[in-house]
Amino acid sequence: MGGLLYNVFIDPFMQMGSAPDLLLQVLWEGFVSGTLYALIALGFVLIFKASGVFNFAQGIMVVFGALSLVGLIALGVPAILAIVMCIGIMAALAYSVEKLVLRPLVNQEPIILFMATIGLNFFLIGLGELVFGGEPKVMPTEQLGLPTGSWDFDVLGGLVIIQQLDVAAAAVACTLVAGLAIFFNKTRIGRALRAVADDHQAALSVGISLNQIWRIVWFSAGIVALATGIMWGARSDVSFALSIVALKALPVLILGGFTSIPGAIVGGLIIGFGEKIAEFYWGPLVGGSIESWFPYFLALIFLLFRPQGLFGEKIIDRV
Amino acid sequence: MLYREAGQFKTTYRADQAVFPIRQDFIGIIAILAVLFVVVPLTFNDFWLKSIMIPTLIFALAAIGLNLLTGYAGQLSLGTGGFMGVGAYACYKLATIFPDVNILIHIFLSGFFAAGVGFIFGLPSLRIKGFYLAVATLASQFFLEWAFGRIAWLYNYNDSGAIEVPTRTLFGVPITSATAAPVTQYLIVLAIVVLLTWVASNLVRGRFGRAWMAVRDMDIAAELIGIRLLPTKLMAFAISSYYAGVAGALMVFMWLGAAEVESFDINVSFQLLFMVIIGGLGSLLGCFLGAAFIWNLPIFLRAVPEMFGTHVNAATVEHIQFMIVGGLIVFFLIVEPNGLARMWAVAKEKLRRWPFPY
Repeated sequence: MGGLLYNVFIDPFMQMGSAPDLLLQVLWEGFVSGTLYALIALGFVLIFKASGVFNFAQGIMVVFGALSLVGLIALGVPAILAIVMCIGIMAALAYSVEKLVLRPLVNQEPIILFMATIGLNFFLIGLGELVFGGEPKVMPTEQLGLPTGSWDFDVLGGLVIIQQLDVAAAAVACTLVAGLAIFFNKTRIGRALRAVADDHQAALSVGISLNQIWRIVWFSAGIVALATGIMWGARSDVSFALSIVALKALPVLILGGFTSIPGAIVGGLIIGFGEKIAEFYWGPLVGGSIESWFPYFLALIFLLFRPQGLFGEKIIDRV
Repeated sequence: MLYREAGQFKTTYRADQAVFPIRQDFIGIIAILAVLFVVVPLTFNDFWLKSIMIPTLIFALAAIGLNLLTGYAGQLSLGTGGFMGVGAYACYKLATIFPDVNILIHIFLSGFFAAGVGFIFGLPSLRIKGFYLAVATLASQFFLEWAFGRIAWLYNYNDSGAIEVPTRTLFGVPITSATAAPVTQYLIVLAIVVLLTWVASNLVRGRFGRAWMAVRDMDIAAELIGIRLLPTKLMAFAISSYYAGVAGALMVFMWLGAAEVESFDINVSFQLLFMVIIGGLGSLLGCFLGAAFIWNLPIFLRAVPEMFGTHVNAATVEHIQFMIVGGLIVFFLIVEPNGLARMWAVAKEKLRRWPFPY
């Protein structure tokens, strides 16, 4: 029993203390996957805020965006043109989702809309595999001008390797968030978006078109998905496995709150750090691979103390 | 005309609350059961039994479990696949530890293990609901998946990491593993499913079911009329998981013959949720309709190109099948958000007036 307590409560911290460079590397890994989760969660939040739809298909939109890009470049389309075309595809997707799925289902229960996005999820998986094939693909980083090297740092008597790509991903994430923040706070459409998020009927009554707003949020979620897809695809292969990884955005949302953009970022980072540290230091005690469920438990524990999330609105529907 | 209940008077509340308040329903169920128990075993070949009838029944049972929780008690769950797995692994362990006890007893017992696990993972429902609860049940799904793969004791330390069903007999006839005839397995599954459906139909009409529905419709009001939320919700989780567990045990012992972690992954949970939503939330009939629809649609889609004599490669068919399933789900939600069971109810209402509608 004493041995167990030692292994759980003391030994991991001893390891951290004795090899700080390793800890830094683990933290960096956590930061990188946290960025990915944060970006996916960002797409969720955008759509949830404006339309109250819990968009399950966000993960597959990421894959879909990345696949289209890879597919187009493989066809010989120049990278810049391919990105523009992908943005066009995302716009078309947003338009058809609004037209074919959201508009007929307006005023339905949230669970029905949630189910509809799961249906959309399946549809996009089928379409993506049909058009691009089901096998994993490699993101052509060179054509896209993404850095692929790595920096080695001598820190605290050890070596920390930082992929330049990850730095680029973090930079893209920051740019996206800053851009969205400006868009939401400074532009006319952004104000309309916030109005819709607050109250649908009040927004309608002052002449804001709900359908247009929905198209815009789905489009911006699509852009976020595309950026996520490029960054994530450059790290590992582009495959449909990401749709399961994307589910980790859910604990992120619980941590950060369903309606908060800063919450999505902070939540994503907490989950990222948490799961990597838990996996590395505590995982071996129970046989490894605990990062598949650890984020959910972290979120659960968190829920008990702060059900509205870190940045969520105070009023929350709970018992 | 077909559904004219004229002349069937109820003089007590008891009679009005009966399982089949209308005589035609009773006759209809008897007829369907007669077909299922007598005609189907005599006429259907092994392919039909093994790949259509048995899985449909098993998934219908699991869907009933989920429907009790989501449709009746209003607690969204994405972890049903995991609870099915608990039932399957529990049954496997019981069958290997106590080989002399009849396998049917093990199947029914294994549900209690699933119920226990469901009870524990139902605890967060006291604080949270809706999508937050869905995430909590996802935690159970991923944790259980991980446990099935990592805890070697669960699969008796064999190299493949999968559970292989041992041969067990009932009255000297083999009923599990490859030596069993599909007909025997079908009859056993059917008998268990009918029994448990009957239990469920009584549950939802009784004290538990009415408490669940009160909590689903408005929890604060339910509390005010004296329903204690804690036991009610936990009971819903436990009973729902019991059904899922028995379905999982049946799935491995009466259908697949062997299973590994992937047999109970998140996709199974989603599939069951589809069955419940397409079939109809809060309807037992809907579970059967939904299970039959979602399970058989891909089989049907695979069969279509062959009917026309064209040969399309399997991968393409699978991709198109994904698209069609996804599209149909959206279509169904738009056309009838209340599911197939609601369509049947509307048809029934029409039948009452046919052929003289007013």
